[in-house]
Amino acid sequence: MSWPYKDLLGTRELSKEEILLILHTAESFKEISRRDIKKVPTLRGKTIITAFYEPSTRTRVSFEIAAKRLSADTISISGTTSSAVKGETLKDTGKNLESMRPDVIVIRHSMPGAPHILAKALASSIINGGDGAHEHPTQALLDLFTIREKKGGLDGLKVAIVGDIAHSRVARSNIFAMKKFDMDVTCCGPPTMIPPFLEDLGVNVEYKLDKALADKDVIMMLRIQKERGGVSVIPSVKEYAMLYSLKEEHLQKANNGVIIMHPGPMNRGIEISDAVADGPYSVILDQVENGVAVRMAILFLLLGGES
Amino acid sequence: MKILIKNGRLIDPASDRDERVDILIDGGHVEKIDREISRTGKGAEVVDATGLVIAPGLIDMHTHLREPGYEYKETIKTGSRAAVRGGFTTIVCMANTDPVNDNRSVSEFIKSKAQAEALCRVLPCGAITKGLRGEELAQIGEMYEAGIVALSDDGKSVRNAGLLLKAMEYAKIFSLPIVSHCEDENLAQGVVHEGHASLLSGLDATPALAEEIIAHRDIMLAKYVSAPIHITHVSSGGTVGIVRDEKTRYGRLTADTCPHYFTLSDDATLTYDTNTKVNPPLRSGEDVKAVREGLRDGAIDIIATDHAPHDVPSKDVEFNLASFGIVGLETGFALSLALVHDGVLTLKELLRKFTENPARLLKLPYGSLRDGSIADLIIFDPDTEWVVDKTQFESKGRNTPFHGWKLRGKNRLTMVNGKIVYRDPAF
Repeated sequence: MSWPYKDLLGTRELSKEEILLILHTAESFKEISRRDIKKVPTLRGKTIITAFYEPSTRTRVSFEIAAKRLSADTISISGTTSSAVKGETLKDTGKNLESMRPDVIVIRHSMPGAPHILAKALASSIINGGDGAHEHPTQALLDLFTIREKKGGLDGLKVAIVGDIAHSRVARSNIFAMKKFDMDVTCCGPPTMIPPFLEDLGVNVEYKLDKALADKDVIMMLRIQKERGGVSVIPSVKEYAMLYSLKEEHLQKANNGVIIMHPGPMNRGIEISDAVADGPYSVILDQVENGVAVRMAILFLLLGGES
Repeated sequence: MKILIKNGRLIDPASDRDERVDILIDGGHVEKIDREISRTGKGAEVVDATGLVIAPGLIDMHTHLREPGYEYKETIKTGSRAAVRGGFTTIVCMANTDPVNDNRSVSEFIKSKAQAEALCRVLPCGAITKGLRGEELAQIGEMYEAGIVALSDDGKSVRNAGLLLKAMEYAKIFSLPIVSHCEDENLAQGVVHEGHASLLSGLDATPALAEEIIAHRDIMLAKYVSAPIHITHVSSGGTVGIVRDEKTRYGRLTADTCPHYFTLSDDATLTYDTNTKVNPPLRSGEDVKAVREGLRDGAIDIIATDHAPHDVPSKDVEFNLASFGIVGLETGFALSLALVHDGVLTLKELLRKFTENPARLLKLPYGSLRDGSIADLIIFDPDTEWVVDKTQFESKGRNTPFHGWKLRGKNRLTMVNGKIVYRDPAF
């Protein structure tokens, strides 16, 4: 089976089969990163640009390592080094980059829909590396990969996503993807961080952390999106931590074998305690490792590879 | 120069007329309307309107012509060319130019520019407050002397209720209606409607409440001082309900909506097409239904386009950065004819919302066709299908979400003051 789309802009438009194709493909790539010589020639001669208009450590490094391990050439530009500061429009920047014949452009941007502008204007494949509060599809896919790896499957699992849901692209991409596997998703946070109509997506909403965690197989903690106004909707970060910080005692209510996830960056002592972040249930670093394999799979499939 | 229009179906809502007639135009006036006119004197031009509808020229009480200040987006000349192509013979232009139309000089500039270059009647709407800043009253009396027909800070609400109340009272000297753009600026922080679509798109969203609260506030203020109040570009079902309800108690309340609010829902924003970015925002499918119902039952009196032209760079950017607005003069009437084709309104009821009702609100001597009337009229075919092609617009603005749409109903001829100012190439 090959990949039917030019771009990867979100999980909402993907089918269950398409998600599984990515996860299957990623499985075979994971082993490469554990070799002594971590490189295969699969994408030799391909050029991948990462254009990050918002700060990022994990996602950018993950994409670049994924590309390099497949022997692609990578070039990275960022909001501060690009022409954005000189007043060039995103579309013009995209067209200029395209003139240099890249095969894939990974874009991260603070504004929803920015990757869609490039996808429409350019022939290159566009990967959404996170657009505002809209989607972060590669994060959701690596999350599903990690869940499947740890829990043996996806269908019907019970998940709690806790935090600033309204401003979170990770939450949106995960909800869209998880609902395709009939996962039972509960979103938890203060009402000011829960967007209106959220239940329309088929998720439960719970304001109390202990109730939200009961009987869960997976707990995903999110940070407060300070850069998107997350702080202005709560009285204080301290009060938020009092109400929504995940501590060891909470885990007793969850199911046996519960896993704790976090897309990073973590704010220790705010949404998650040290004991939980570093504890035996935490799969946070597995998520990061799997991110490379999943992004290798996505680059491979977008560039015409067959699973 | 005499013009004889033969064998058309005249629909004149103001005189409740719908019949097949000939119309003789002489100079700027309707000389005669009759079943058959054969003697016209010498040299009358004959226009065959067989199978077509003749109606009073349409009045658009809400446009942005961008002149002075933003001539790269639109001018009075190009806006008027777009207007007559779309069937409008009178358009009202809002005050958010640069400089703002808050004083006599700007009002006079618009009038004289229109006199010299416009193909239709262009009537300025004056600002309520200086610079649209909401701090002190604009030169209302002086602007009235220069020819403004209404007052509005369109683009924003007057946040200071006390000042707006003073404006409503003061405007009574001149019987100028206040045209209220309803938007609570603290609630309206978004770029799209807050609803299911914004949940999916992740775009910052504004709840319908932002419009409804101010609509209610402004109606209450007007009632308190018995001033006329007009709620413009109603987009939310909640506002429709408020207007409908308040109208049962207060006779000086009117409202308009725009074609995009009864044609598109916020689902259109899911593609991030910046041509769907408009203020107030496209709302839910339920709101669209409610606006249509408001048009049907009369809660909404008038259809206006809120023609808001922009240059390409203002729209060809990220959704968050794009300017608000949709061009409407060349698509508004055809989009509205869908209300007739869908059975929401009769053709006469629809035309009333484009002619008699705005003329009455603004106290204009236009909007009706009878013996002796000023000869502002259109001839249109309610059934011809055509495809919207923004590259062919007379307007400088190409910012339409309707490019490529097939619409049913097309204006064929526009006459202003007895002069044919537009004729469809196919007619």
